[in-house]
Amino acid sequence: MSGAWSSVPINIWIILGAAIVTYATRVGGYLVLSRFKRIPPRVDAALNAVPAAVLTTLVAPAAVFGGGAEALTLFLCLIIGLRVPLMGMFAIGWMLIIALRAAGL
Amino acid sequence: MSQSGDGFFKGARDSLPIVAAAAPFGLLFGALAIDNGLSVGEAVLMSATVYAGASQMVGIELFGAEVAPWLIVFSVFAVNFRHVLYSAALGRRMGLMPGWRKALAFFFLVDPQFAAAEARAERGRPLTFAWYMGMALPIYVLWVLEAWIGALFGSLIANPEIYGLDFLLSIYFLGLVLGFRSRANWLPVVVASSLGSVLAYMFVGSPWHVSLGGLAGVVVAVMLPLDHKPDPGEALKVSS
Repeated sequence: MSGAWSSVPINIWIILGAAIVTYATRVGGYLVLSRFKRIPPRVDAALNAVPAAVLTTLVAPAAVFGGGAEALTLFLCLIIGLRVPLMGMFAIGWMLIIALRAAGL
Repeated sequence: MSQSGDGFFKGARDSLPIVAAAAPFGLLFGALAIDNGLSVGEAVLMSATVYAGASQMVGIELFGAEVAPWLIVFSVFAVNFRHVLYSAALGRRMGLMPGWRKALAFFFLVDPQFAAAEARAERGRPLTFAWYMGMALPIYVLWVLEAWIGALFGSLIANPEIYGLDFLLSIYFLGLVLGFRSRANWLPVVVASSLGSVLAYMFVGSPWHVSLGGLAGVVVAVMLPLDHKPDPGEALKVSS
């Protein structure tokens, strides 16, 4: 990304903006939600769904549009990940994508 | 005055497994940041100021895709939104910390820090500022160092495809998605977000697949009947 505003590169502004909103989430729950006796159930359900919903959108298109080696790696990782912790699944997945690409899939 | 077991060094000792587990991702972040067009200084700045692994990965993925600045900031916000719940939950346990210490402590509230602090409070141990920072500082300092080291080596790698580096984020995110699978309505949410993001990718285009797909999952979660959580005794009866 290029361009600058007030002689500071735009990337720096993006990073600082990301830092501010991240801190806001870390302090915001304490400042806002702790004043309610309890969170409305539907709001709670929506908040609970946010991480899985957002992260899924970063994986699904890669599986569908990425190619054979990529789709097969993600499929195998999905099965492995149900039994193996994140780090182990990640290491196996890394080996799989190297091997499957080398095999010309 | 803190007893042994409530102090800084106990916290530092408790942080070691987390430091080890986070190291590959800290290095990976630095390397991938370079791959996606950030400078070494920008990569280090991001680890030092945002300090949230998954959202940093999402952020650099979007840097690489040349999307609008506000959307990158919003995506980081969306991925980190779970921290709102962490701070609401853990804030109740921070009675030992005066206001400014609490404000500082919340900066370091990454997932494993939250998990360890909740687990400690659960065991009835006091959540002291010394213990909390003893845990937080090693994780933080090494995370920033790893971004720098990863970025230095990342710029040396000419063909990241051969080593699969360009695809590691997808594997990592899949692992994170699976990590949430015990949550209510996880499967319908993931299916809705998958379909939503793939359709948006085809018909609207990147990067809108992130917000539209995410919205599809959240809408499904709100529409579905609320999960009735059985108390532990009830759950035991069902499983026996």
